Amino acid sequence: MNFLDQIWLIPLFPLFGAALMLLLGKKLDPQPVSEVAIAPGVEPIYEHGHGHAPHHGDHGDSHGDAHGHGHAHGKLRSLVNIICPGMVLLSFIFSAGAVWELAQQTVRIKEVVQFTWLAGMPFHMANGHMANFSVDWGFLLDPLSSVMILVITGIGFLIHVYSTGYMAHDNGYYRFFGYLNLFVFFMLMLVLANNYALLFVGWEGVGLCSYLLIGFYFQKKSAGDAGKKAFVVNRVGDAGFVMGMLLMLSVLGTVRFIDVRRLLEQFPVETGGFGVLSIMALCLFFGATGKSAQFPLYVWLPDAMEGPTPVSALIHAATMVTAGVYMVARSAGLFQLTPATCTVVASVGAFTAILAATIALVQNDIKRVLAYSTVSQLGYMFLALGVGAYWVAIFHLFTHAFFKALLFLDSGSVIHAMSGEQDMRRMGGLKDKIPITYWTMFIGSVAISGIPGLAGFFSKDEILWQAYSSKSGSQLLWFVGLATAGLTAFYMWRLMNLTFYGKSRVSAEAAAHIHESPASMTVPLMLLAVGSLFGGWLGVPKLWTFFGESWRGFEHWLEPVFTSAAIEAVKEGEHSASIEAVLMVLSISVAIIGIVVARYFYHHKPEIPDSIEKAVKPLYGLLYHKWYVDEIYEFLFVDGLCKGGGLLLGSFDRNVVDGGVNGAGLLTRLAGIVSMWWDRWIVDGAVRFTAFFVKMLSYPVCILQSGRVQTYAFFVVAGVVVMFAYYAAR
Amino acid sequence: MHPITTVHYLALSAALLLIGTVGVLTRRNIVIILMSIELILNAVNINLVAFSHAIGEVHGQIFAIFVIVDAVAEAAVGLGILIALFRNKETVLADEIDLLKW
Repeated sequence: MNFLDQIWLIPLFPLFGAALMLLLGKKLDPQPVSEVAIAPGVEPIYEHGHGHAPHHGDHGDSHGDAHGHGHAHGKLRSLVNIICPGMVLLSFIFSAGAVWELAQQTVRIKEVVQFTWLAGMPFHMANGHMANFSVDWGFLLDPLSSVMILVITGIGFLIHVYSTGYMAHDNGYYRFFGYLNLFVFFMLMLVLANNYALLFVGWEGVGLCSYLLIGFYFQKKSAGDAGKKAFVVNRVGDAGFVMGMLLMLSVLGTVRFIDVRRLLEQFPVETGGFGVLSIMALCLFFGATGKSAQFPLYVWLPDAMEGPTPVSALIHAATMVTAGVYMVARSAGLFQLTPATCTVVASVGAFTAILAATIALVQNDIKRVLAYSTVSQLGYMFLALGVGAYWVAIFHLFTHAFFKALLFLDSGSVIHAMSGEQDMRRMGGLKDKIPITYWTMFIGSVAISGIPGLAGFFSKDEILWQAYSSKSGSQLLWFVGLATAGLTAFYMWRLMNLTFYGKSRVSAEAAAHIHESPASMTVPLMLLAVGSLFGGWLGVPKLWTFFGESWRGFEHWLEPVFTSAAIEAVKEGEHSASIEAVLMVLSISVAIIGIVVARYFYHHKPEIPDSIEKAVKPLYGLLYHKWYVDEIYEFLFVDGLCKGGGLLLGSFDRNVVDGGVNGAGLLTRLAGIVSMWWDRWIVDGAVRFTAFFVKMLSYPVCILQSGRVQTYAFFVVAGVVVMFAYYAAR
Repeated sequence: MHPITTVHYLALSAALLLIGTVGVLTRRNIVIILMSIELILNAVNINLVAFSHAIGEVHGQIFAIFVIVDAVAEAAVGLGILIALFRNKETVLADEIDLLKW
């Protein structure tokens, strides 16, 4: 079978699953969701409250019924369990096949155009030439998109399998899986598209799905709000993306990746300030900050924790947030022509990395720590993109997908065990009670902290090295990255210590329920742990000459995508083994220091963090409240825009809109008056004058006709007399 | 003694016609108007009979009998209409029955 020609099938499998679930799901999985969801006053189902109260409450009336129902349920659910992950698995198989075949080719690029989607429309480009606007519904498989589809379908499949266990007690089962499949579909469309317009379809699609999934527990107000927040913040970024795309259309006349890249090679590097290409790149980057949760648009991601945990894993690891990184990497040819924009990208990435890491230090919600960790790691990726190390960004995306999915699913497993508890202050000592979760999470934490040998080390160390050595990098960027690495190690081990070690602070109620998750959840965890252990060995540092070039497969695999004269120009200068060695030792020691300090603080001397907290209360408060960014936004944009805008809009409404309406009304009235006058005096006048004239004419005749017979008779007689008189006189 | 000639008859006839016409035109009571119409008809009859006598033929007399029959029929119909009118309008005065106008 020729997988390479069938890449258009890859997104279709999850779409089929999604359509099946969302259209026929109700029949496959009859649920008492609607009553629970809609009935007012019913206690909302909290994240992993197992839906105990509403579910049992509703069916408590007849046990026999509930049993029969449950049984039928089981069968239909197993159907859902097979279809939805199965569709993603099929995608994964097709993806793997296609990538395998791609690897056999000498020119590793494959474009499959299905049909013309937006057909030709001639327009004037900025330079005055005519161009024909035409967008194909086409798919592009090259080394970059092949990495992406493998990550999306592979990790996505594991998350699907995990969800079958995690969501087992939940209502809206089919709905959840329908959304998940839809999410995977749109993400695959995004990375397989052969042009920006089709990419934008997937881009908007994942935005929609994130909204649906974050707001999955829509009975809970905070979840609904978080969904809306994600949607709105993403729209802000999307505006940038659209503007960038239109600018590209105006300057280059095409949005097809291959053409864009070919055309851009004729442009010189924009040195000294921001030219049109820089603005284009900035617009696209602004779109990426929305989707990939970079400052200033990262605020939706931590709130996305309101969704079920597998959704967090899917959004944070495999899909959604990687979209921005992918898009910028896809636009590498453009970004490399604009050093100023690259500096912005790198700075924003570094700033976001350290900002989010500092916030993660003091959060108490286990998922929230991981959420800020994701924002921070995405900052790393943008730092790498900004310094021109595109393959490293994708490499970090790849390794991060493993360990972040692992960490999120582990936290889900912990929450599952704790019957819905998310606050780490009420955990502790879970190490022996849920060993598989513990060990897999241990691996994930080691991996993200950057301990040599595990996935996170290779990519993070490469980023730090590139940030230091690249021509567009700097020591400041490197230092921020290094500090973030230390903070990362610290907050991850703070999380581990609070959750798994020490004395149990679990409430008695929850303690009774603690149990290891079912196999459907632990097996994906173990697979992801394997990925986190060995995923990094695809990109061994150059320093480790012992391993040779074949151990740097990831870089060589992506090389054809990111090779261009402009990129070569900013690549690392002299490779200095001694400096790299020093940097590596520094980053490793920072990670170890972070781990040791966290261990010391939260295990050996738990009173230290409290005293520090008291000593620097304002700073702690600042971090705990996330630098008050949400509040600032609330004040500036939500309140400011709503109220200020409300006032402005109010006056606009009153003066312009209402004025227009009133003016139109007044004009109509005036016209009415004129028209009425015309009608009354001219039209009616003419009619009435005619009538009057006829009446005047008829008046003499009228008075003859008195109705009195004798008068008539008199006329007859008079007539006769006159006639006789006439004859007589003649 | 002058003999009664045709001219006398014609004078009587003309007088009757004039009286009848004036009666029709001036009297308000429809009964009187009908009676005046009888006068006019009889003026005609006298005329017919006078000429018939003068010429020595009987056609005029025969025609006068037709006119008498016609007058009877007319009186019957006229009075019938009058009664019907009176039932509706409660009047027999011709100037109050002025429906025949625009």
